[in-house]
Amino acid sequence: MTVAARSGTPAVHVDALVKRYDETAALDGVSVDVRSGELFGFIGPDGAGKTTLFRILVTLLLPDAGSAEVLGLDVARDPWALRRRVGYMPGRFSLYPDLSVAENLDFFASVFGTTPDAEMATIAPIYRQLASFADRRAGALSGGMKQKLALCCALVHRPEILLLDEPTTGVDAVSRREFWDLLARLREGGLTIVVSTPYMDEAARCDRVALIDRGRILALDTPAAITAAFDRPLLAVRGARRYDLLRATRDYVHTASAFPFGESLHVTDARDTTSADRSAAELRAHLHAAGFADAVVEPTTPTIEDVFMARMGAPAGSER
Amino acid sequence: MTAPGRGETVIHARGLTRRFGEFVAVDAISFEVHAGEVFGFLGANGAGKTTAIRMLTGLLAPSAGEARVAGHDVYRESDAIKRSIGYMSQRFSLYEDLTVRENVRLYGGIYDLSDADIRARTAAMLERLGMTQVADRRVGSIPLGWKQKLAFSVALLHRPRIAFLDEPTGGVDPITRRQFWELIYEAAAGGTTVFVTTHYMDEAEYCDRVSIMVAGRIAAIGPPAEVKARLGAASMDDAFYRLARPPAGARATETE
Repeated sequence: MTVAARSGTPAVHVDALVKRYDETAALDGVSVDVRSGELFGFIGPDGAGKTTLFRILVTLLLPDAGSAEVLGLDVARDPWALRRRVGYMPGRFSLYPDLSVAENLDFFASVFGTTPDAEMATIAPIYRQLASFADRRAGALSGGMKQKLALCCALVHRPEILLLDEPTTGVDAVSRREFWDLLARLREGGLTIVVSTPYMDEAARCDRVALIDRGRILALDTPAAITAAFDRPLLAVRGARRYDLLRATRDYVHTASAFPFGESLHVTDARDTTSADRSAAELRAHLHAAGFADAVVEPTTPTIEDVFMARMGAPAGSER
Repeated sequence: MTAPGRGETVIHARGLTRRFGEFVAVDAISFEVHAGEVFGFLGANGAGKTTAIRMLTGLLAPSAGEARVAGHDVYRESDAIKRSIGYMSQRFSLYEDLTVRENVRLYGGIYDLSDADIRARTAAMLERLGMTQVADRRVGSIPLGWKQKLAFSVALLHRPRIAFLDEPTGGVDPITRRQFWELIYEAAAGGTTVFVTTHYMDEAEYCDRVSIMVAGRIAAIGPPAEVKARLGAASMDDAFYRLARPPAGARATETE
């Protein structure tokens, strides 16, 4: 534990951060604190500003306005002190594809004046899964294994905070689940972890999350508090002929939004005064009258993705 | 959406196999896909999906087995297959430095459409997508959501019988992702077969049928509800996990 952690200084303190590329604001006044020891997630699609934010936090990019501190150090004034204490895994695979697994790890350890053997206690839980591929070229690994190697390389100098930019993008659902299991274990060891991801279901694996879209934070809290704050009744509709069912639901006069959601449709009522049960009964009657005799309509619990969609507004390029 | 089995067979694979040295990337897979069907082709990284798709699109010769795609044999008629299918991947589908209109013209030319056809189809497509006002902007400068919809429409420009979509919605925001699926439904309703891969398990639910590949083989195939019921899984995510990580005798696949 560092002095900063014990005294309650946030691990990350970001205040009104702005970064522009030409006329586009990649970050448009982002403020957020990450607590020491927390597993914190930035959840948002491509173009949300996640990578820009992470690059600023790891001192690779300077903000245009606002400030950012990591472990109590200002990213603009103290980059060199900070770099030794931060572990960073960029979104794009950034290891050397022509070096073997072992050679990559040796290289990243040596940059920080250490060796993989000296740090084995830290990296063992992950390295164990890689050990049988030690001589394989990193470029020949599968997506899931590449992620594990990159995580090892980011951990090998025993950082106090780990920043992982989209570690699970393009990774299959099973490997993603296993990667989050690894992060949970690292968190239990006391490491502060900041992760970004476009997969909304991964929010559930975080202590707290910030929903981010087009450079702005839409919500910031525990996943449970964010979904609890969904402010209108939400209905799930199930039935055959899904696409027709979706269109019939949209045609209903009181529908505010209707979207496919896994095995059902999620529908919000435009009237905020109606109870969920009454809203469900009325939509059911409408669908039955429209020829969907098997349609099942019932109130349902919102997910992080429901909240995200409700708050993001019309997506860029959605006009049809 | 066409009910499975109602349409004619447009993809037919029997014992389709591909080896790389001693490694069997695709291990005697057999399945059929029907006209107008939305078919989800799922599997873990390294399970053999990419190799299977490359064989079905005429880019890679199989080591054994047989397959016909849009009526054409994958060994002898790969050029005819390429003309009969559309292909869209998450990356590299469009040229960022060309304008929207130039991209459409380029693909129209590649698929041998006449100038008159290209003009007419371009106008109709841009109108339908609401993109007429950005027709002369560089593709690199338009939002990701537009790009993905444009890439899909370009893949359908030559009116292929089958569209292969490789992770078409990766990183796309949740609303655009759903709008994209509505384009898929529209195409399927018009009779186009859609063969799609995704890492979003909710999207697996949007398919008429799915197959789940594990270690080179098809471990499960059927409508999502049936696959879940057969495995006693609450969600596709669970079904996927149970197949990909069986409790004992799990083998590590490590390719692609």
